[in-house]
Amino acid sequence: MMPVPSSVPQPKDDFQEELVIRPLHSGDIYASFQFRTLWETDFMRGNKVSHYRLFPKSLGQVISKFSVRELHISFTQGYWRTMQWGQPFLPSPPGAELWVWFQDSVTDVDGTWKELTNVLSGIFCASLNFIDSTNTVQPSASFKPLGIGNVTDHRFLRYATLPREIVCTENLTPWKKLLPCGSKAGLAVLLKSEKLFHSSFHSQAVHIRPVCQDWQCKTTSWELRQTLNVVFDLHTPGQGKLEWSLFKMFSRTLTEACPLASSSKIYIDITDDPQGEQFEVSPATHLLSQAMVLGDRRTFSVYDLTQQITFGTVRSLNLLIRWKSRDMLRPLLHAERYVAGYGLQTGEIHTLMYNNHPYRSFPVLLLDSVPWYLRLYIHTLTVTSKGKDNKPSYIHYQPSKDRVRPHLLEMLVQLPPNSVTEVTVQFERALLKWTEYTPDPNHGFYVGSSVISSLVPSIVAMDTNSTREQPLFSSFFPCKEESSYFMRVYTEPLLVNLPTPDFSMPYNVICLTCTVVAVGYGSLYNLLTRSFQIEEPSPGLAKRIANIIRKMRGVPPL
Amino acid sequence: SHAAIKIQPMRQFFSSGHTNNWAVLVCTSRFWFNYRHVANTLSVYRSVKRLGIPDSHIVLMLADDMACNHRNPKPATVFSHKNMELNVYGDDVEVDYRGYEVTVENFLRVLTGRLPPSTPRSKRLLSDDRSNILIYLTGHGGNGFLKFQDSEEISNVELADAFEQMWQKRRYNELLFIIDTCQGASMYERFYSPNLMALASSQVGEDSLSHQPDLAIGVHLMDRYTFYLLEFLEDIHPSSKANMNDLFKVCPKSQCVSTPGHRTDLFLRDPGSALITDFFGSVRKVEITMETINLTEPIHFVNEERQKETYSYVDQLPVSEIIHQKPKQKDWHPPDGFILGLWTLILLVFFKTYGMKHLKHIF
Repeated sequence: MMPVPSSVPQPKDDFQEELVIRPLHSGDIYASFQFRTLWETDFMRGNKVSHYRLFPKSLGQVISKFSVRELHISFTQGYWRTMQWGQPFLPSPPGAELWVWFQDSVTDVDGTWKELTNVLSGIFCASLNFIDSTNTVQPSASFKPLGIGNVTDHRFLRYATLPREIVCTENLTPWKKLLPCGSKAGLAVLLKSEKLFHSSFHSQAVHIRPVCQDWQCKTTSWELRQTLNVVFDLHTPGQGKLEWSLFKMFSRTLTEACPLASSSKIYIDITDDPQGEQFEVSPATHLLSQAMVLGDRRTFSVYDLTQQITFGTVRSLNLLIRWKSRDMLRPLLHAERYVAGYGLQTGEIHTLMYNNHPYRSFPVLLLDSVPWYLRLYIHTLTVTSKGKDNKPSYIHYQPSKDRVRPHLLEMLVQLPPNSVTEVTVQFERALLKWTEYTPDPNHGFYVGSSVISSLVPSIVAMDTNSTREQPLFSSFFPCKEESSYFMRVYTEPLLVNLPTPDFSMPYNVICLTCTVVAVGYGSLYNLLTRSFQIEEPSPGLAKRIANIIRKMRGVPPL
Repeated sequence: SHAAIKIQPMRQFFSSGHTNNWAVLVCTSRFWFNYRHVANTLSVYRSVKRLGIPDSHIVLMLADDMACNHRNPKPATVFSHKNMELNVYGDDVEVDYRGYEVTVENFLRVLTGRLPPSTPRSKRLLSDDRSNILIYLTGHGGNGFLKFQDSEEISNVELADAFEQMWQKRRYNELLFIIDTCQGASMYERFYSPNLMALASSQVGEDSLSHQPDLAIGVHLMDRYTFYLLEFLEDIHPSSKANMNDLFKVCPKSQCVSTPGHRTDLFLRDPGSALITDFFGSVRKVEITMETINLTEPIHFVNEERQKETYSYVDQLPVSEIIHQKPKQKDWHPPDGFILGLWTLILLVFFKTYGMKHLKHIF
């Protein structure tokens, strides 16, 4: 067949992959993979899209069928320790988290949300079908769209977390299959589950949103970002030396970039030591790059995998990183949460937010979603900073409805500089119906993490110019002003015990009752109906023979 | 020349009567000390995948996660042999029902096909009347029941009825049922639908025993019956001619301590003519055609004229906007029955007290 020249250019798609390695203060190492597919197409106009190249078909069909404007889903195992590791590039709470902005053409948002969670549970092999109205909330201010658009009517936003959700190879397998090169070429060959799950923290996420194509922003493209963050523990492989290599982390080395990628790079954070005294990276590279990320200017060594010389004569790249000590970037915002109290009736939730900036105060938006079986008493809500009452400038509270809706509490609090703000609220535990208990109720019930969104003042001027080619890790959150950057922090999930009945009791009760009834009724029946007769005992053998002889003689028996 | 294909091999090819294969593999036990049940299910999963059944035709249900359990000294692995020789979890596993989703209700719904409309394809058993289905159950059981997750049970009568529903709805051609629990033979006693073959690891009154513990992991890794079944299946390859009689000989009493049982009276063919790969492998029927098909020309879409408006990113935390936010529009719901009843009562009392003459002023 002759190729027919087309006068209209085909929709352009582009794939980039990058890996950022950041050695941490405690000796652990943080690796962050980002795979971005950009596609200039329009999913919303009927069945126009029929040929998928780099963009995975399963996600494209989900977007067009459910009229999704933005989709963010993450699966995390472990908890990000902010005080030891600093801030992550992309935060995520333990378990599964899903938040979606729908288009304003959707009429039944709740029905569409339920269908979407079921379809996603099939795509990612996770039990997302447990997301229903009892753990879905509609935040009123916390989750603004991360992509472009003008609609911010919060009726089209839904947010849900499943803190109990386990992440394992069965979630990684379909995630890897969404990549254009799969796990066969490029950076994705490093993703081996035996090493990735033997770590302190593992998080994989999928983010879909419309973005600007160019600086004029007159056309939009769909962006799909697949991110994987992992923190390897210093002591896991055995030796405690501050020395890491790609082989030690992933048990693989790199041999080629993904042929479908327009850019494939590895960045190593060498900020504290550009001269190479404290820090040693081999094979050495002369490519350096600076980026403004998380309010700080960081320097990176860059390895470009699309260049053949990166792989050297052995045709394989195994980066070796050695360092002696490292300063830690003290995080400006940090949060903790715990349950106080005793017994199985009442308790108190305490959320602590630390502002470590010496002289600047900044606002934070706290989002708390508590399940209905912990009945919050909002009149006991107190917010204190430095011992004094701190009144929030905005509070949105939606009370729970038993078995229908969870509690939703959103507050905008101004954190004073160098202080700890404590938010406390008392609650009462409910008694569930016996079919509502999980098969292992003595494990406890989970309460999802609180989300703290804030505009943190930055040390250096942030880059608001979105035209420059930026590495992926610094261009996720859109930056509107130079003096501060947007950040999200998640607290720990809570594990509370509800009053749990003894499930073996019905069986025990039936046995006891039946025994008592049988013994009691049986005895009474015998007493009432038994009649007594006198009976001669049967005589012994000698007497019986004597009686027979007497009978024969005609004499009365003995 | 293609028309001269010999008829003889074709008859053999189609003699089994099925065109596709499905597998439903269920592990019903929760908690770390039941590691061996998950390992049992995963070894059958591994064999079935190796012999050709794709993930889209396997419904795998695991009631608890052992691989990424925090007690597992080697995360993302589930071993079947001690000294960590064989990792049956692998790198390519797809679990369809996991954790709390493995319930009696979901299992029966998968079998009978009566699932809610929003269930994704990977969670459905989309078999037809020419499908051979392998069903494997493992866990803790007793005389006539199998325990699901320590909180509910399925009885042998329910299971037999589910298979009868499947037969009446033409959801299978032939069905092989394998169960590895204590007193497993009681679970197939009540079957009454045609074309069922069943195997169990122990008779009524006997316990199925576990194989060997691994001291590094700290639990028993496999049950005996499935361990020897896995060893037997490792020797089977997709073109193997081994038949069901060989499967009945797996794990004699000397190895298993319990007596494995089987039931073939409902199976219409001779078990000797049923191949192992009829149930554990996958049939791919390929029809070669020599016709040419003309592809239509690609459709060109005219790019509509670009909109003149400029888009921009939304401010992530607009503090002043949030503080002055208007209350969000609530969707209007019609008044509750309670409110309507209350108002009716008030109106009735009013008219009763003050008389009906006021009514004409209203209407």
